[in-house]
Amino acid sequence: MALEKITKISGSAVYVPGNDLDTDRIIPARFMKCVTFDGLGDYLFHDVRKDEDGKDRDHPLNDARFSAASILVTNANFGCGSSREHAPQALSRYGFRAVIAESFADIFFGNCTTLGMPCVVATAEEVRALAAAVEEAPAAEVIIDVVGRRGLSAGMDFAVDIPSAAHESLISGQWDPIAELQEGDEEVTERVSALGYLAPVK
Amino acid sequence: MPLLRFFCAPYAACANLPAHNAMGQNLFEKVWDAHAVRSLSNGQTQLLIGTHLIHEVTSPQAFGMLRDLGFKVKYPSRTFATVDHIVPTDQRVEPFSDPLADAMIRELRRNVEEFGITYFDLATGKQGIVHVVGPEQGITQPGTTIACGDSHTATHGAFGAIAFGIGTTQVRDVLATQTIALGKLKVRRINVEGSLSPGVYAKDVIMHIIAQLGAKGGIGYAYEYGGSLLESLSMEERMTVCNMSIEGGARCGYVNPDEKTFEYLKGRPYSPEGDEWEEAVERWQSMASDEGCSYDDVVNIRAEDIAPTVTWGVSPDQAFSINGNLPDPETATSEAERLSIDESLAYMKLEAGTAIKGTRVDVAFLGSCTNGRLSDFREVARYLKGHKVAEGVKAIAVPGSQIVDALARKEGLHEVFTEAGFEWRGAGCSMCLAMNPDKLVGDQLCASSSNRNFKGRQGSPTGRTVLMSPVMVAAAAVSGEISDAREVFEVEGALA
Repeated sequence: MALEKITKISGSAVYVPGNDLDTDRIIPARFMKCVTFDGLGDYLFHDVRKDEDGKDRDHPLNDARFSAASILVTNANFGCGSSREHAPQALSRYGFRAVIAESFADIFFGNCTTLGMPCVVATAEEVRALAAAVEEAPAAEVIIDVVGRRGLSAGMDFAVDIPSAAHESLISGQWDPIAELQEGDEEVTERVSALGYLAPVK
Repeated sequence: MPLLRFFCAPYAACANLPAHNAMGQNLFEKVWDAHAVRSLSNGQTQLLIGTHLIHEVTSPQAFGMLRDLGFKVKYPSRTFATVDHIVPTDQRVEPFSDPLADAMIRELRRNVEEFGITYFDLATGKQGIVHVVGPEQGITQPGTTIACGDSHTATHGAFGAIAFGIGTTQVRDVLATQTIALGKLKVRRINVEGSLSPGVYAKDVIMHIIAQLGAKGGIGYAYEYGGSLLESLSMEERMTVCNMSIEGGARCGYVNPDEKTFEYLKGRPYSPEGDEWEEAVERWQSMASDEGCSYDDVVNIRAEDIAPTVTWGVSPDQAFSINGNLPDPETATSEAERLSIDESLAYMKLEAGTAIKGTRVDVAFLGSCTNGRLSDFREVARYLKGHKVAEGVKAIAVPGSQIVDALARKEGLHEVFTEAGFEWRGAGCSMCLAMNPDKLVGDQLCASSSNRNFKGRQGSPTGRTVLMSPVMVAAAAVSGEISDAREVFEVEGALA
């Protein structure tokens, strides 16, 4: 499957502060009553962006200065909680192309990578500095050099961590693994018969 | 041939295997090696998924992708489906009053029918929360890999399976290839030694562990729970512990299989029978961690240090003893921690430095994949007899499966609950995540036996959740406030 090689993400950024921003926060469960992912972008961070009357709360995503942002900057353990792919889908359909955080929850990280959306790790100090820079100049371009594992912004040049498997998948255009998994078909069949317990059940 | 094997085996062991194997392997490594198909170009492993469980929320898009790509389900007999998240627990007449929920159950039926997948539908009498159904059907077995588009899949680790949640694209991968691409996890052994005081439960054990290690402490790890306490727990209690591994950041958690595991599985619908049973038990035993094997990390916890535990904030690691005082943001060790305490207390409408005990409760929820099994209802019923739910409290008891419901009714447990003023409901996820009519309203505070206290988790954007054990939920229901169940129910031998 020929996929885009994701080597560099550039765009303006928005800082959504907080540790442990969970998947229920990213996309509340009631919006998951759907059989496709279409339209999930409208409900991104819904309950922290809207009050009970549907009016905008004070939230970075409601701030017009950040309306064009395509890079989300946040703190530790982003995407903890549920395995729902609806969370990365909502981010992606809203218009985000990458996330910079202090750390990510495992399942969320894998789900994002599989969608070709890089999740890169920066230190708490760098996140703080980047957040300040974004606040200072909301339209300024932030660049994630995926290949070289660097983050760049006006006056900032910092290392970002991308685990080797995700790094390789993104830059080689193999972030959706289905084609390679299918290539292993014969070995899968062998493994299934070797294990025995996968024999057809009653 | 036997001679050749005799001759080759020691040689192979010396030449090819990594040095740590001399000390033996842990269960995670054994299961991983047995299911590793091959290495992928990015360095991850193509891992065979022995058993795949699906439900209506995270599977429809996967079947959609499968159709778009023109793929079939490779091993339909290794995927099992049920419906749980969106099912109403009060009246179950179809079509459901919520057209979206109704569309989801119809979509699931279409998918399982088209692809020939076993489905425990409402009419089978076997429907329930996917993590309750797997074990009670004997589908969950030791030494296997189990995946499900649900982060609480670690529940099945109670049987010594490597079980974890996956995203919807990976659900597609399992359907199409019976494998996923995954990087190997590190293994942290968590020893819990000793015994629990009366009134302290498996739920308190896992909440205590998460409070100690943090909500992100388990990132990159599988948790192996062991020690004399874990050995003493029943299978259902072990499921409660493993269930919340993800709340500690660990994608999977497990307990090594033992006689209790085999005893639980014997005679279940999908358990092996006859000669196959003996062979299976031998295989399962061989998958347990070897004595003296190594781990990437080891944590020791004393069971005696565990008190009835409740959450006070909006992350599962914001938990403490029922008799503790709420944290004060001014004593935080970092600015981030101060903000987090501040934000959590403000959301929960609690006051720094005060006791949580005595906080008014609006709703009591007993159920979920964490605590919706027969033993949970039995234990609560022991104490609930003769008590009444406090005025103004809405209390619901929701069995985790239709089988739990039927067994509880057979024992008359449902009557104990209804006489006390609980509503006894039909099986489903209910108020754990509010994808069904069971929801908090406004800023109601819920004493909940579920697993997540995230903001808005129980269906109202301002709803408040306090996680606790089932008996503590019952104590909150009858007293109308967050209480120490050992006092409310005068638990014998407690608080000595």
